[in-house]
Amino acid sequence: MLHRFATFVAGCTILLVLAGSLVTSTASGLSVPDWPTTYGWNMFTFPPQHWVGGILYEHSHRLIASTVGFLTIILAAWLWRADPRRWMKWLGVAALGAVVAQGVLGGITVLFFLPAAISTAHAGLAEIFFCITVAIALFTSPGWIRGDSAVKVDDRVLRNVATATTILIFAQILIGATMRHTGAGLAIPDFPLMFGHLMPTHWDPKIAIHFAHRVGALVVTLAAIATSAHVFYHHRGRRELTRPAALILGLVGLQVTLGALTVLSRRDVSINSAHVVVGALVLATSLVVTLRSWRARFPQGVGNLLQNLPHRRQVLQKVPNTQVYP
Amino acid sequence: MRLQNFWISTVGLALAASMVACGGSKETSSTSATPESPAGTAAGQKVDAATAGNVTGTVTVDGAVPKNEAIKMNADPACMKANKDPQFQETYMVGSDGKSLGNVFVYVKDGLGNYVFDAPTETAKIDQQNCRYHPHVFGMRVGQKLEIVNSDPTMHNIHAMPKTNSEFNTAEPMPMKTEHVFNTKEVMVPFKCDVHGWMNAYVGVMDNPYYAVTDKDGKFELKSLPPGTYTIEAWHEKLGVTSQSVTLGAKETKDVTFTFKPVGASATN
Repeated sequence: MLHRFATFVAGCTILLVLAGSLVTSTASGLSVPDWPTTYGWNMFTFPPQHWVGGILYEHSHRLIASTVGFLTIILAAWLWRADPRRWMKWLGVAALGAVVAQGVLGGITVLFFLPAAISTAHAGLAEIFFCITVAIALFTSPGWIRGDSAVKVDDRVLRNVATATTILIFAQILIGATMRHTGAGLAIPDFPLMFGHLMPTHWDPKIAIHFAHRVGALVVTLAAIATSAHVFYHHRGRRELTRPAALILGLVGLQVTLGALTVLSRRDVSINSAHVVVGALVLATSLVVTLRSWRARFPQGVGNLLQNLPHRRQVLQKVPNTQVYP
Repeated sequence: MRLQNFWISTVGLALAASMVACGGSKETSSTSATPESPAGTAAGQKVDAATAGNVTGTVTVDGAVPKNEAIKMNADPACMKANKDPQFQETYMVGSDGKSLGNVFVYVKDGLGNYVFDAPTETAKIDQQNCRYHPHVFGMRVGQKLEIVNSDPTMHNIHAMPKTNSEFNTAEPMPMKTEHVFNTKEVMVPFKCDVHGWMNAYVGVMDNPYYAVTDKDGKFELKSLPPGTYTIEAWHEKLGVTSQSVTLGAKETKDVTFTFKPVGASATN
């Protein structure tokens, strides 16, 4: 039940990322000038007939964010109360701290007219919070608790390549967010060439940021291919690794296509927003592979933890060496 | 010791940077100094109406301008209701002759020396009506009150994005009237409504009363200018700026023409 709820929170968070990307794609970030109120109303009582134009996007984003914040409070409390792993309790607290900080950053960026640094930090923290919710969902899953990956997968190379890939994806998302919040999305207006050439013919800060994002896309693609290739070559029988490894290849392909279409469509709202969401999904998928590659380094025991699982009998039957949790 | 060196280097660099910055601003002010101040203008002198003249003129465009961008107002039913016909941006207001250009802000950029001017008593006004700003381009004075009105049955926000004045973003629930004052000269300050992305306007904030916005026939008039040599600039939101020097004698009226070239050429006069 806890795992399902954590998965639900992660799902709501990706919806929140979509809502946030729509705010920036439609340039609606300042359509509600006040915060935490909305045109002087308490945000929860703001009449729906006034949700027009940019207000629809910005106000919806705030309401979804509030909902995710509320769900995170429940998740953190649930983890604190029900999960015997001390680090999981604190991971719940970290999620709560991240979502609160994220809300405050969102408010500050509105009150200070969307400074690029704060808006980029808001985008970056959104990804971190999403990763925490995904990690919580993974850590509470039966497969993780059984230690499926831990039994046969203790591959240092996989750990290194998967971790590097996740870090590269996060860095690429930060460059993308910087590009988005400095208005550099069309600084290089053509694709795949750049001003008709293989390299930009002239430079300014916006062109440099945009160029870095394109180079980043290439690097991330190669890293994702390397991770997936390693998984398919060395861990072909491990579905918990091959499935996300296959998924990440598909998502990276989709993401590169969306990035190209964003430029070619002159930042079409739907394409531009989908590009942000798929970027978050690429990061989350890579994170899952990475965490599973590290599973062997986590405690192997299940002990009291299984008491919280409704299907503990089936789980216990599959666990080779059950130990009591430290 | 290393730490001490680090701090000494940091402070030294900061001092050097601030000296360079100060030097830079001094240089800028000297290069942009008034070309020639009117003769006999003592500090704080007022304009003598008996010798003042006028500058009249026309702003034209030499070549075809792009079509104004179409606007979709379907994001807000109130805007749809108020605007049943196809709507377009107000970027290029070209007269029926295909040459005269409206919505151009014309102003005395330089040459007024130390003249002082009475503070305006009337209030400047911008109205959010039918999901448009009225007027689209206008001028006002430093320290003058700007009345911001929302006459629409819908929500707006007015978001000013100045470079030297303070940025502001004010909620405009309906009906609404707010006021704002700009404290520094700035040409131009853009306004936008983030609720309705197509709504934009521009205000020239001036420290003198010599400014005008061209009408649909491209005409403008700068009244009661004291004799002197002035740099007069014309500003258009897309076509940029063009300026020319005008020497005005006592009680003289000069007619000038500004011409913008829209594609691949700088403006001429």
